[in-house]
Amino acid sequence: MAKIIASVNCSHVPAIGAAIDLGKTQQPYWVPVFRGFEPSKKWIAETRPDVIILVYNDHASAFSLEIIPTFALGCAAEFPPADEGWGPRPVPVVKGYPELACHIAQSVILDEFDLTIVNKMDVDHGLTVPLSLMFGQPKEWPCRVIPLPVNVVQYPPPTGNRCFQFGKAIRRAVESFPEDLRVVIFGTGGMSHQLQGPRAGLINSKFDANFLDRLIRDPVALTRIPFVEYVREAGSEAIELVMWLIARGALDDDVREVYRFYHVPASNTALGHIILENAGKTRAAGKKKSRATRKRRVAR
Amino acid sequence: MTKEPMTHPANPPPPGTPVEFSDIPGTTLFDMQRSRQGYHLNMFCMSLMKPDNRAEFKANEAAYLQKFPMTPEQRDAVLKRDWNRMIELGGNIYFLSKLFSSDGLSFQHVAALMTGSTQEQYAQMMLQGGRSIEGNRSKSRRKSARSKPERRKRG
Repeated sequence: MAKIIASVNCSHVPAIGAAIDLGKTQQPYWVPVFRGFEPSKKWIAETRPDVIILVYNDHASAFSLEIIPTFALGCAAEFPPADEGWGPRPVPVVKGYPELACHIAQSVILDEFDLTIVNKMDVDHGLTVPLSLMFGQPKEWPCRVIPLPVNVVQYPPPTGNRCFQFGKAIRRAVESFPEDLRVVIFGTGGMSHQLQGPRAGLINSKFDANFLDRLIRDPVALTRIPFVEYVREAGSEAIELVMWLIARGALDDDVREVYRFYHVPASNTALGHIILENAGKTRAAGKKKSRATRKRRVAR
Repeated sequence: MTKEPMTHPANPPPPGTPVEFSDIPGTTLFDMQRSRQGYHLNMFCMSLMKPDNRAEFKANEAAYLQKFPMTPEQRDAVLKRDWNRMIELGGNIYFLSKLFSSDGLSFQHVAALMTGSTQEQYAQMMLQGGRSIEGNRSKSRRKSARSKPERRKRG
């Protein structure tokens, strides 16, 4: 059986991708950001997921205003990095997992989540920056990635509750897939930030700290935050945080905080990051699976 | 959800805008009506993702803009690079990013322009923890609190 074992939530600030791609990670401005992800890189190297389901939003790259899917799932074998106006990021092509993605799509639609299926899609910084933060600059991404773009650009985005329930449906879908796979779900975007208008630059660290605390212990309370409150309290682009609730919904009610990191500023944004594991998971089981996974990866 | 009445003839908030939202200072809601209004402006920006289109636009901006059925106000705002005006006219920041990226500008650079700060002031504000939420939640409460001193970082 496939199983979602953990979630990784983090911001996906495009300037972080640019800092990596242009070799600026040692500049004083960026040093604290990348140092903050060192424990995360170790964690994911030890955890060795077979598949990442990566919840993010497309920023007018793959989807223009022609088609605006609320929830979409990438079912292709490959997803090239998008040219967002300054050329594609020099990162590996993302390898999908069509068999699992198609299974998830069928399962969640029958579970009453009317997903859009995407068989051809470029992926922008929303997806590639979290991978870069967690894996650095490998020649190939070390596992398969299923992109799950969510509309948070045009009002109305899905509600927090809808996102949380969708996470639960994804979990049911993954757990009904017969292959033995370790899955980590990423919820990306946020935290407080506003990129537009005279109020640009807004940061609310109290809101963010509270969000992180409640994500662990009381995510249901977070699902009741209305759209307007995200915008008022944490900036017009902080609505991306509803995507963290998809990842949280896919985990057990009880989770363990593995790691947390928070830093202001990353460009215009409060960078937030938290890793949660299902409370039932044991280290030993994780390590044992890792070896089996390694063998399977070699065989591919 | 209640609807916003059209109170400001010059720039009425689009129908369907939640009332509460219009009380947030310095912030524009990119809802479906505004998206409809800004469709061709945003699709123009999107076209700049292709290198050939960027070159054609740079060679003659006004002529290139004629290829898109935008309003004269929208074309004017693009030519003047009036970012706040583009947002008022239905532009969305992620679409506008294709335009300012092709100008070689960053999100932070354009954010500073939209707030009316210098680049240095804005960068400094971000390094000091960003724009404070205090005094920036609500237009109506801001007015009522105007006589009292308030602690807020200015950009």
